[in-house]
Amino acid sequence: MASSELRTVTVLAGGISHERDVSLRSGRRVVDSLVTHGIQVELRDPDAALLGHLTASRPDVVWPALHGASGEDGALRGLLEALDVPFVGSTAAAARLAWDKPTAKELARRAGVSTPRGITLSHDAFRELGAVGVLAAIAEEHPVPVVVKPARGGSAQGVTVVDDIGALPRAMVDAYTYCDDVIVEQKITGTEVAVGVIDTGDGPLALPAVEIVPRQGFYGFEARYNAGETTFYTPARMDSAASEAAARAAVAVHEALGLRHLSRVDLIVDAAGTPWFLEVNVLPGLTETSLVPMALESAGYELGMFYAALAEKAVADHRR
Amino acid sequence: MSDKGTNLDPWYDSYADRTAGLSASEVRALFAVASRPEVVSLAGGMPYVSALPRELVTGAIDRVMADGGAMAMQYGSGQGTPAIREHIMQIMAMEGIRGSADDVVVTTGSQQALDLVTRLFVNPGDVVLAESPSYVGALGVFKAYQADVVHVPMDEHGLVPEALREAITAVTARGGRIKFLYTIPNFHNPAGVTLTWARRVEILEICRSAGILVLEDNPYGLLYFDQPAPQAMRSIDDEGVIYLGSFSKTLAPGFRVGWALAPHAIREKLILANESATLSPNSFGQFVITEYLDQADWRGQIETFRDLYRERRDAMISALGEYLPSLTWNVPDGGFFVWVGLPAELDSKAMLPRAVKELVAYTPGTAFFADGDGRQNIRLSFCYPTPESIRTGVARLANVVNGELDLLRTFSPASLSNPATRPQSVVVPPPNTN
Repeated sequence: MASSELRTVTVLAGGISHERDVSLRSGRRVVDSLVTHGIQVELRDPDAALLGHLTASRPDVVWPALHGASGEDGALRGLLEALDVPFVGSTAAAARLAWDKPTAKELARRAGVSTPRGITLSHDAFRELGAVGVLAAIAEEHPVPVVVKPARGGSAQGVTVVDDIGALPRAMVDAYTYCDDVIVEQKITGTEVAVGVIDTGDGPLALPAVEIVPRQGFYGFEARYNAGETTFYTPARMDSAASEAAARAAVAVHEALGLRHLSRVDLIVDAAGTPWFLEVNVLPGLTETSLVPMALESAGYELGMFYAALAEKAVADHRR
Repeated sequence: MSDKGTNLDPWYDSYADRTAGLSASEVRALFAVASRPEVVSLAGGMPYVSALPRELVTGAIDRVMADGGAMAMQYGSGQGTPAIREHIMQIMAMEGIRGSADDVVVTTGSQQALDLVTRLFVNPGDVVLAESPSYVGALGVFKAYQADVVHVPMDEHGLVPEALREAITAVTARGGRIKFLYTIPNFHNPAGVTLTWARRVEILEICRSAGILVLEDNPYGLLYFDQPAPQAMRSIDDEGVIYLGSFSKTLAPGFRVGWALAPHAIREKLILANESATLSPNSFGQFVITEYLDQADWRGQIETFRDLYRERRDAMISALGEYLPSLTWNVPDGGFFVWVGLPAELDSKAMLPRAVKELVAYTPGTAFFADGDGRQNIRLSFCYPTPESIRTGVARLANVVNGELDLLRTFSPASLSNPATRPQSVVVPPPNTN
């Protein structure tokens, strides 16, 4: 289907989640890019009227730009599948696997991709087994430095790098504020990179890795969404062997989880050139400061043309 | 891309020093959900403008346009129209203020008046004394002009005079230069308290003796619930006080019309600064407001607002008592806000993500301190939601507080050191082989 045949796209952005603001920004950028290609685009903030609206309006394709739970955990995608509406991005089942970081890590490991050792614990576990014993067990098995993060969620919300064991309880509290399950995993030292994986019909392809160097601290929320706070190198400053290993790892994860169209795989590449899988995002940020648009432009893609191609792929996939 | 990389902001090293700290924060991003109808927002101080009969505004607009409208749609005087300034004098007279309409400068909301006064007086490093806590919009202005904000404690009667003396002494001793005291004497935002008459007199005397200007910000003064607030500080001292007023709460904020009443010499500079910033304040807004004040029962409308906000205050206080009896809070005699105290182990800023999940929004106390204090406080606004929504919001807030307490208790120092929380072992006797 030529892009001129793609008449209507509905972009869903906003929602009710911790990442609503990021979602709105991503959604608007997608809209702006698609409009430049003569595509009629509607931007909607999901509400109780959405499903009825989609049934009535039957857009050519829906682009879910909802960061956070319902947009990334498979719930919305499952409903779109039930409504038989084409949509951009991974299927509901695949999204569910990616959204849960422990599950994604295990599937990556089984696909031969290294991932930091860690443990996933619910708040209930601490309650039932006692914080003293559990924290002691964690410290014994996963000595600092460790990274504490919610098992589900994005934008680095609730993430803490713990260098001092005394800070572990507070880090757990901060993470549990976002999610009832928390991962504690060993911190890998190396080059932090994000690898976008795209597939517009020729199979998954890794984009140039984007190297992330925050001005200070770690790549948290403020560093991600304030221009000037992080320096990015695209392609990442790695030798060819490490770059290829990172690309292979990203594609392996994308395929192992059964992802579709677009994903972003976050890795740390250590001094030996080994890529360590951290997490994968089926709905990577598409804002002004986001990594996938940066990588796309570095690879020579024009965003509007690429997004239109992705939408066309979604329609084609739906027809199969 | 080159090996130099990119930080996505080619002008990063060009910004003025005063922009340091201007950044999108995670907290600010979390507030994006407050606009969703599913979320009960007890965060913003938005007046309930729906209580203003629409026909009063449309009628005023129609009459302004019927009279030609050309002047209303044109640039105006940098000081504001004479007609609205006369009305402003009548409004201020309700709080004891006397003076000349010539000393009124109309601005784009009283927020702009605050900005202009700060621009006139504050050099980087100058000290501004402010109540503890203080209005977030004022703190933002002071920060933008690189002021050193020194907070002065309040109690249930407002700013504490002795604490003010101590602050002045301490600042002076370290060589700081105090440019003004910023105060919100009536139905304080965020603390809800009102400065007593006796303290107004005393504080003015303290400032007069120390040669410190007083910036009196009074957007809520006419929104009392049971009895009027004490008369304005400006009614006592017309040379040492700059008074800021606004139509935002007694009419509607969308018009963006406020004012400053200043001593003559300051007024002259304010007009010049106003012209420099906006050329002239909102002409159309001034004309419509003037027409409204000429024709409508605006005093009656303020009474309507008082009744409405009183009911909502009562709903909030009742709900707090029912759902969060272990917290502390004040009962404001007017205005929009309740200042809530949390248990010591809670952090109002860290709790915000849980509030998003519970579909309630509030403003963490940290927003109201220049020094990072305020984690044990929350500001709750009762002005906008209905009484029913207020009850729902407070009930949800209780879930937030209780959920957070439950989480913290799991990891509290007490539970981490209490042997009772250590895993218990049970000795299982061998099977009876007899």
